[in-house]
Amino acid sequence: MECRTCCGPNARPVEEEPHGGAAGGSGIRRRYLLSGALLLTGWWLLYRSLAPFSRWLTYDVFSLAPGTRFASAVQFFLFDTPKVLLLLTLVVFGVGVVRSYFTPDRARRILAGKREAAGNVFAGLLGIVTPFCSCSAVPMFIGFVTAGVPLGVTFSFLISAPMVNEVALVLLFGLFGWKIAALYLGTGLAVAMVAGWAIGRLGMEKHVESWVYMAGGTAEGGAAEGSISPDGRLRYGYDAVRDIVGKVWVYVVLGIAVGAGIHGYVPENFMASFMGSGAWWSVPLAVLIGIPMYSNAAGIIPVVEALLAKGAALGTVLAFMMSVIALSLPEMIILRKVLKVRLIATFAGVVGFGILAVGYLFNLVL
Amino acid sequence: MTKLQILGTGCPKCGKLAEMAEKAAKSLGLEYRLEKVTDIRAIMRFGVMMTPALAVDGVVKVSGKVPSEKEIRKILSDRPIP
Repeated sequence: MECRTCCGPNARPVEEEPHGGAAGGSGIRRRYLLSGALLLTGWWLLYRSLAPFSRWLTYDVFSLAPGTRFASAVQFFLFDTPKVLLLLTLVVFGVGVVRSYFTPDRARRILAGKREAAGNVFAGLLGIVTPFCSCSAVPMFIGFVTAGVPLGVTFSFLISAPMVNEVALVLLFGLFGWKIAALYLGTGLAVAMVAGWAIGRLGMEKHVESWVYMAGGTAEGGAAEGSISPDGRLRYGYDAVRDIVGKVWVYVVLGIAVGAGIHGYVPENFMASFMGSGAWWSVPLAVLIGIPMYSNAAGIIPVVEALLAKGAALGTVLAFMMSVIALSLPEMIILRKVLKVRLIATFAGVVGFGILAVGYLFNLVL
Repeated sequence: MTKLQILGTGCPKCGKLAEMAEKAAKSLGLEYRLEKVTDIRAIMRFGVMMTPALAVDGVVKVSGKVPSEKEIRKILSDRPIP
């Protein structure tokens, strides 16, 4: 089974860390700051020039007639693809650096002492910043539970970690604007916290495979991490970019191409009839369709953006996206190693219910 | 004889880690035995939460990433010689 975020076929070894001038001569730090500022300025100039550049390319170089469907699709594609890739590079780098401060061990230490409600909140937040991959879901689950992190709190973490991820947020920000990105962040966190809390309330501990509680071994895992130098953290961000952007760009390009096609060719309000807020059944249907889809956020969001532009309701679209990302069939199969079927079904049910609530809420409010 | 254990349930990164570890051990001329630990219970006994991980003589040295060959060489040569 292939994992999404960390174990792709093109997994590459991490480059050696530069061994130069140790942790921090001020000269080195100044050089870093300077080159960082230069890079950021370059990034910003590039970003700003994308819109005029894409117009120039479409209407002057390809000399397509403005106003035609084909021209608008081409310009959309030429503008959005580099825009999203630029945003992605910057944010993935930033998040990579931030993540070098958070290891699962640290998350576990923070959560082990927490009571339920507060623990769910912390777990949801930690899920955003802790590096996570679906093939580590099982060892992480065991590590948390055996260290005394309550079951519900562990679930909050496991729901939030894949659902609220930087790739999804960047794409939402780039294609929809910050309001929808913030909405997604907020509601995604809320679903993770509440669903985890609810699972905790249900007292499902006996539906965890019994060997899990005996598996603990030494609670001191990971070992030999030590502290990381500033160099190492930048390297961490750089590796994250190479790893994530290197894997995801294909989906971004494909997704935006499909989205551009929909923009150019599907008639206005075409989606309104079956994904509009008028159709009550559209939200549950969107969630159901989303479960077996194991696409990553990168491929699905540009398509979703185009659907929205054609009259689909925001709540329905958000529900669909969350379902695709957070409820994945392969992940449930992986979790079967440690959870009994009843608990997996409860997990899917509770999260699914939360997503439905988000969908209806937004259809109602907006 | 150094015991190198690759902990991981079999994703492509585990294979990569095994390859790097072997390369590093060979380049040091180390006498080693490579073992792949794929059973999740056995992995958990090491207390790691992120796979793949590398254990040298039963002690976890790296987890959650594939280090470079150079890094592994450093890990292998930094050990106290018994």
